Amino acid sequence: MTAQQLIFIILAAITLGSAVMVVTVRNLVHAALWLIATLFGVACLFVALNAGFLAVAQVVIYIGAISILIIFAIMLTRGVGQGTSTQTNANWGWGALLAVVFFGGLVWLLSLWPGFTTQKPEIGRAFDPLRQLGQALVSPNAYVIPFEVASVLLLAALIGAIIVAWDRRLK
Amino acid sequence: MVPLSWYLILAAALFSVGLYGVLARKNAIAILMGIELMLNAVNVNLVAFWRYRTPEVIAGQAFAVIVFAVAAAEVAVGLALIISIYRRRNTVVADDIDLLKF
Repeated sequence: MTAQQLIFIILAAITLGSAVMVVTVRNLVHAALWLIATLFGVACLFVALNAGFLAVAQVVIYIGAISILIIFAIMLTRGVGQGTSTQTNANWGWGALLAVVFFGGLVWLLSLWPGFTTQKPEIGRAFDPLRQLGQALVSPNAYVIPFEVASVLLLAALIGAIIVAWDRRLK
Repeated sequence: MVPLSWYLILAAALFSVGLYGVLARKNAIAILMGIELMLNAVNVNLVAFWRYRTPEVIAGQAFAVIVFAVAAAEVAVGLALIISIYRRRNTVVADDIDLLKF
């Protein structure tokens, strides 16, 4: 077993273990903290895949913004369906069964694909993924329109979120 | 060396855990956390396919950036809806939010 395989197995264990904790622990604040551990594991996987920018963006956007937003929402709705009472609905057994069947089906489908065991190709020294990504996101014959549409979507969603969460009784 | 299959199996497992969270959790915020897990599994897949299949074409990473933006928008609107419902109905349990069945 090489060092890369060992690092991958440790990262995968951290990611999957904390993901299972996210969906099973009763205290929602703890679930949010386990979610941060999962997101951090995914960020480390991005580093292992030579996607340094995405790893940094994962830490800044997911851990820095989305997780904090979720923790705020948990604290604003505190005391409802939290604490010692059960956190799963009556159909959790069917949900677990469906998740296991879905996982088995996905792995079976993927194992039929001939490219399943592809090895990692070498990236040349001259190739800089960060420069390529930056140019692709602003180049007219690459992804500038999806990028701008995504920014408009984000702005619209944030304005919409403010309006939806506005407390009209305060006036 | 780590083959592509390891990343794909990890992403499938992460997605299934998120799916279980969405299906089994009572609390609407916990359901949103399950959706976050599923979006992350998709991102792992996108980046792994980019690195192993077409590292000279940057499309995989560009798609992952778009997924980040959409995830941020989704969680902002979702949490705003949950807080608004909590103010009116005083609950965040998904089973109790059934006004359309009223």
